Amino acid sequence: MTYKYSLDFEKDYQEIEKKLTELKEIAQNKQIDFSHEIAALEAKLKEYKEKKYNTLSAWQKVKIARHPARPTTMDYIAAIFDEFFELHGDRCFRDDPAIVGGLALFNGVPVTVIGHQKGRGTSQNIKRNFGMPHPEGYRKAVRLAQQAEKFKRPVICFIDTQGAYPGVEAEERGQGWAIAQILMQMSVLQSPIISLVIGEGGSGGALALGVADRVLMLSYAVYSVISPEGCASILCKDVSKSSEMCEHLKMTAQDLYAMEIVDEVIPEPLEGAHINPNQTYKIVKEKLQLHLDELLNQKMDDIIEQRYKKLRNIGIFREEVFIE
Amino acid sequence: MSFKDIFNPKSRKKYITLPPPSEASSPHIPGFETCPQCGSHNNEEQLQKSYRVCPGCGYHYPLTAEERIWMIADNNSFLELDDGLMTADPLAFPGYAEKLAKVREETGLEEAIITGKAEINGEKVIMGVMDRRFLMGSMGSVVGEKIVRIFETACAEKLAVVLFTASGGARMQEGMLSLMQMAKTTAAVARFHQEGLLYISVVTDPTTGGVTASFATLADIIIAEPGALVCFTGPRVIEQTIHQKIPEGFQRAEYLLEHGMIDQIVHRKEMKQYLSKMIALHSWSDKQ
Ligand SMILES: [Zn+2]
Repeated sequence: MTYKYSLDFEKDYQEIEKKLTELKEIAQNKQIDFSHEIAALEAKLKEYKEKKYNTLSAWQKVKIARHPARPTTMDYIAAIFDEFFELHGDRCFRDDPAIVGGLALFNGVPVTVIGHQKGRGTSQNIKRNFGMPHPEGYRKAVRLAQQAEKFKRPVICFIDTQGAYPGVEAEERGQGWAIAQILMQMSVLQSPIISLVIGEGGSGGALALGVADRVLMLSYAVYSVISPEGCASILCKDVSKSSEMCEHLKMTAQDLYAMEIVDEVIPEPLEGAHINPNQTYKIVKEKLQLHLDELLNQKMDDIIEQRYKKLRNIGIFREEVFIE
Repeated sequence: MSFKDIFNPKSRKKYITLPPPSEASSPHIPGFETCPQCGSHNNEEQLQKSYRVCPGCGYHYPLTAEERIWMIADNNSFLELDDGLMTADPLAFPGYAEKLAKVREETGLEEAIITGKAEINGEKVIMGVMDRRFLMGSMGSVVGEKIVRIFETACAEKLAVVLFTASGGARMQEGMLSLMQMAKTTAAVARFHQEGLLYISVVTDPTTGGVTASFATLADIIIAEPGALVCFTGPRVIEQTIHQKIPEGFQRAEYLLEHGMIDQIVHRKEMKQYLSKMIALHSWSDKQ
């Protein structure tokens, strides 16, 4: 197997894997019995990988979350849902390809699906604007969410963006206004909402699809107020400090689960979703079903109340009460 | 009327005797001040009389939260709320505790917002004023909590909310807790709107990032001060990241008015009248 893109820590063992495959081929061709040696090598490799992946740094997880081969929203949609009818446009300005949305069947239940869409390869990425939405993307998302409310469908969101697009046109058309609107509309939407962070969750542009009754995260996904690079350049005036800032920002799925910002971490295959997408789709589908079943068994009023309470209680501070 | 008279005597003592901002942190130096817009030299006394607006060109100098409250609230009407809320260092972020200690000492502020009950020409309101001297008015857990409590208190007491915003965005030293304050404050605004109560936001220079993309732009009426920069991504970041040319006046109040993003631009000297009239207009049915 050849790898078009390999991360530095992937290269280590991919080299060994390649040699092992060659050894197996030689053994087979020459009819030599290397089975003991091969088994021993495989066991050792497995141990090496487990150790490596169980001790990944936050920065290494960022690298996996941004991996060019990592499954995107459309990959999950194709794998998890039975049918998908993509619906386009914000009815005001244009269709934003950085956010996809539409109607799908999930194990027979109609749902509305909305997600950031990164492209694969340069031309796709240019078309998708690297998954960085303009205001019209968020306005399309609000339109589809309100349609879900009308037809009493649950909403499933996929988060995967570096952030909202930092451009003149996006600002001109009210980027901040559009994000504020979607946050507000989703907080009172009369439909159950599940959000899953599948890759990179960058700042307000990611949070825009993150107001939900269940926030789930893949185990190597990240979610942050600012990119590690942005943080390093602002606070340290030195982008080379990114990996260090990355640890401090507490942006991994495990950190955010501990902080109760994320409800569940969905385990990926050991080497990441891109190495074994099908296994990832399978577990994601199972977990979505579990959370959806729970939500569909609750009264909408209770769901809205819990959604509010959960958001209301986020924040860590001290409070001194003065006595008059 | 002196500056401290504006605070209600029943309010916390520490705010009645609030020390004047130190020279280092204050945007104004005693004596003369050069206008950043037209370059004229304005003396301090003159500026105080003119609402800290340059008499030459109309440039609105930044205000501290205290100055703002003094200009807007009726004498002795301001009663501070939730002043026991203190910022923690939830992520043990390097340098954060030191930064907080330094800025607290420099400004005498506990956080980037002061909230309270006040009267504006006799109209009762719940009021919040952000102060950009405090870590660029960034929003962390305490700012988010104070904003939410403003809306909760106003819901309980059936009062209008007036919020003066000034912010560099989310407080990155509190990580995702900061980002989530956008969703938290927004959810509170949504509930407030369902009660049929009035929310006016006055966006002042600069209001950016997570504050623009949450409560600041969700008001019934959005007013800006002349020249105020209001945006999600600031011009410098746009230039640095995607190297686009920034049009003149981009993201300033006048540009935003033209592009349909705000309701009105109101000069500082007319702000108090404008607000009280607007609030009175909305409480018309209560008074019948
Ligand atoms: Zn001037």
